[in-house]
Amino acid sequence: MSEELNIRSVLATDCGSTTTKAILIEKVDGEYRQTWRGEAPTTVEAPFEDVTRGVVNAATEIQELSGRKLVREDGTILTPETSPTEGVDIYISTSSAGGGLQLVVGGVVRSMTAESATRAALGAGAIVMDTFATNDKRKAHEQIERIRQLRPDMILLAGGIDGGTKKHVMALAERVKAARPRTRLGGGFNLPIIFAGNQEVNAEITALLDESCDLEIVDNVRPVMEHENLGPARDKIHDLFMEHVMAQAPGYDKLMGWSDAPIMPTPGAVGLIMQTIAEEREINILGVDIGGATTDVFSVFGGIFNRTVSANLGMSYSVSNVLAEAGLPAILRWVPFDIQEKELRNRIGNKMIRPTTIPQTLDELKIEQAIAREALRLAFIQHKEFAVALKGVQQERTIADAFRQTGSGDSLVKMMELDLLVGSGGVLSHAPRRVQSMRMMVDAFSPEGITELAVDSIFMMPHLGVLSTVNKKAATQVFEKDCIIYLGTCIAPVGEMKSGAPVLHVQLSGSSNVDERLGAAELKRYAFEESEEVQATLTPLQKTLDIGAGPGKPVSKTLKAGVVGIVVDTRGRPEIQIPEDSESRVPLLAGWVDDMGEYPEAKN
Amino acid sequence: MAAIFTPGLKVSERDVVVKDRQLPLEGEVCVEVGDLVKADQIVARTELPGKVFPVNIANQLGVDAGRLREFLNKKEGDTVEEGEIIAQTNGFMGFFKSDAKAVVSGTIESISAITGQVIFQAHPIPVEVDAYIDGRVVEVLKDEGCVVQAEACFVQGIFGLGGETKGIIAMAAQSPDQTLTAQDIQAEHAGKVVIGGGYLTLEALQKAIDVGAAAVVTGGFDYDEIKQLLGYEVGVAITGGEQLGLTLIVTEGFGDIQMAPATFELLKSKVGSPASVNGATQIRAGVMRPEVVVTFSESAPADRYTPPEPVGIGIGDPVRGIRAPYFGKLGKVKSLPVEPTVLESGSKARVMEIEFENGHTVVVPRANVEAIKK
Repeated sequence: MSEELNIRSVLATDCGSTTTKAILIEKVDGEYRQTWRGEAPTTVEAPFEDVTRGVVNAATEIQELSGRKLVREDGTILTPETSPTEGVDIYISTSSAGGGLQLVVGGVVRSMTAESATRAALGAGAIVMDTFATNDKRKAHEQIERIRQLRPDMILLAGGIDGGTKKHVMALAERVKAARPRTRLGGGFNLPIIFAGNQEVNAEITALLDESCDLEIVDNVRPVMEHENLGPARDKIHDLFMEHVMAQAPGYDKLMGWSDAPIMPTPGAVGLIMQTIAEEREINILGVDIGGATTDVFSVFGGIFNRTVSANLGMSYSVSNVLAEAGLPAILRWVPFDIQEKELRNRIGNKMIRPTTIPQTLDELKIEQAIAREALRLAFIQHKEFAVALKGVQQERTIADAFRQTGSGDSLVKMMELDLLVGSGGVLSHAPRRVQSMRMMVDAFSPEGITELAVDSIFMMPHLGVLSTVNKKAATQVFEKDCIIYLGTCIAPVGEMKSGAPVLHVQLSGSSNVDERLGAAELKRYAFEESEEVQATLTPLQKTLDIGAGPGKPVSKTLKAGVVGIVVDTRGRPEIQIPEDSESRVPLLAGWVDDMGEYPEAKN
Repeated sequence: MAAIFTPGLKVSERDVVVKDRQLPLEGEVCVEVGDLVKADQIVARTELPGKVFPVNIANQLGVDAGRLREFLNKKEGDTVEEGEIIAQTNGFMGFFKSDAKAVVSGTIESISAITGQVIFQAHPIPVEVDAYIDGRVVEVLKDEGCVVQAEACFVQGIFGLGGETKGIIAMAAQSPDQTLTAQDIQAEHAGKVVIGGGYLTLEALQKAIDVGAAAVVTGGFDYDEIKQLLGYEVGVAITGGEQLGLTLIVTEGFGDIQMAPATFELLKSKVGSPASVNGATQIRAGVMRPEVVVTFSESAPADRYTPPEPVGIGIGDPVRGIRAPYFGKLGKVKSLPVEPTVLESGSKARVMEIEFENGHTVVVPRANVEAIKK
């Protein structure tokens, strides 16, 4: 569908693992605006086993709230728009329900072709269940057993540069064949295997795998050592996602029929929007989308895009895994009241088995937000470990896949160089107060120096990502006007602090003026008008401290205040220092909560 | 007004239970449509392929991969015994011969002239699937298994550990809020499906394992004790493969929670009856809850049952709170306001008004309530 079409209204849904979120976009005074939203539990699973039920329920909620008829009597989406109160011009959707798109990836050398294949899979919005390589320290029979157990949606097999090793690539393919891998969703289909390796063995690969699998051959993801070519593999993953995975998931055949654009994997759509922001504004950006089952982290540093997905870190289905990976003390350090460890474990366990419930009391909310901090922090650690440059190898990148390896093998994610941190996902987008979202992100990511923070207002980045493939203008307008909420700016000095002495002289000039010297372990919020630009002069008062200009050097800059304001964090970087014993920790946390105005007083 | 959909757990005195009995791979189905089957009767069998071991025989012999077949005395499909010589070089003047042996008893799966790799496959592993419940075969899934159907008392739990088992129902608790301790577990519980009350101590569960109980059903259990039991945390609720020595079914949730009285009374009414129990729980991607099934032996309907279209919660329907502060409380829906409401947490959500059994009326997020299904 082209932009020339005069689209007056759009219904967009994201079928998440827990909930299906629908938004209505309408033309208001000549501009596209997001006007209504609705949500309902996702219905991929029994007893419904039909994703469209959740879509219709979410659309019905919008229908009830807006008064615009969106659902026909037969339970289908009403397109096109026949009047301002009836129907929408287009319906589009993203999906991560049923565990999203799950891939197994293989390559000859773990840090080379296997890594390139992993980048292609992640760039397509997939969850990589396992990456195997000839040097991954597992014995061949162990790899085969593992492939047998996994039951992915498809396998991406790379290996060898063009004209390079044949033997190792074939050995890998022989292992895949020996495993007789089967598809996750069954249905009598052969497992799709994409071969994107040494093109000189295409014939041998075909002879080996063609009968037992649904083999697709595309260009090599690593045709030469210095260059990655991820686009063809990524596009083929998208095609197969539609043809195989979506077509077999319950109700998706119907959903695909309703949708006016190909259904995109949710992370693929969010990645698209993140890259657009970074490119249009020429900034370094870090984005996170925390869901019920998984947490995705996206970064664009120096124009290099990276995405990671932490498959078992999330706020509902995977909430107990956050506990398992982080450990209870790590979660407890963010809970600003005393709670028995057993009680906390049981609450987390109960959330895992009743994943669609929401916190009704304030204490429940505080616990969820403590868990979210750890889920975000762990996902970010994984991202930093993956988003590294390979030594001495340079390559080109395209807009969509855009992984490039440069430099020294260090992480590409440099927090001092980060301009904008964007949060998305239920726990961040739907936090009752925006300051809570800012606190969660500051605590989890420990931004350094001066960093702007924003959230996706009501979790619509996936919707806008897929909309941008249909009508870029509509996506951009809604993104600017309704999607992004600027929270404010975080100022955090990096370096060793002497306690008992002032660390930072903060001078802010705007609708109100601030002139204050802060000590260590403080978290201060200075509220301004939402759209205000504040003139700041920040002077480190200890020679070791750096806020972006180098140790001990002052910075003068215009800062965005946002809805929360300017937050100065002297709790220590790179690691925020929090006491382990609850006697000193709880009052300290409670003090930060009060200073930030994070929670309302409990009513009882 | 749209009905809302929050799938609840099923606790049904009499229902039609339909079970797919499928092999993990294609195989032989041993029953026909219309057959009456017993729970422990084998309905399908197959053989899982044995483990696969790739070995680079060309490298072992020091020959080119392309010439490997010249030195092999076996071909694809041949059976081999572990340690048997499968390839040998001629050596030099009869000396310096190299040979290669089979690494496992089984068959030669493939020989690669490109890599020099020989793939050995161990002998297949036989797998059988039983009927799981007494009932009637209503469908045969060609080469895969069958569908067994029966009328049964059916109780779903919220979380379980361990797989399918069978046993006679026995009570160990006198009331739905009783804590089950080690003293409540007796030697006579061996092979039984033991019904507890509100809370199960780890010691009681351990004793149930020691005496050889088939399963324990409880209202609540502590989440951190799962780690002590299994040696690892259950991070994502996908269970069923645990080797505990019994099957554990938690009907309400983690903590000290009274078993829903209706569930307790129903199970109590089945004391002495044979039950089929499965602890397998899968909350993500194709929800599966643990269950206790007690079939009515006199009735096994022949027509394939089609479950009714799921309906939402409406005014007057019985519901249960599934999150604090109303966790486990039972009541009836009084109203379903359309407009979102601000909760104590500050979140805005769609809510329902519930009247509890004591006449108290509260507002609860719709997401925190489930329908009580009969």
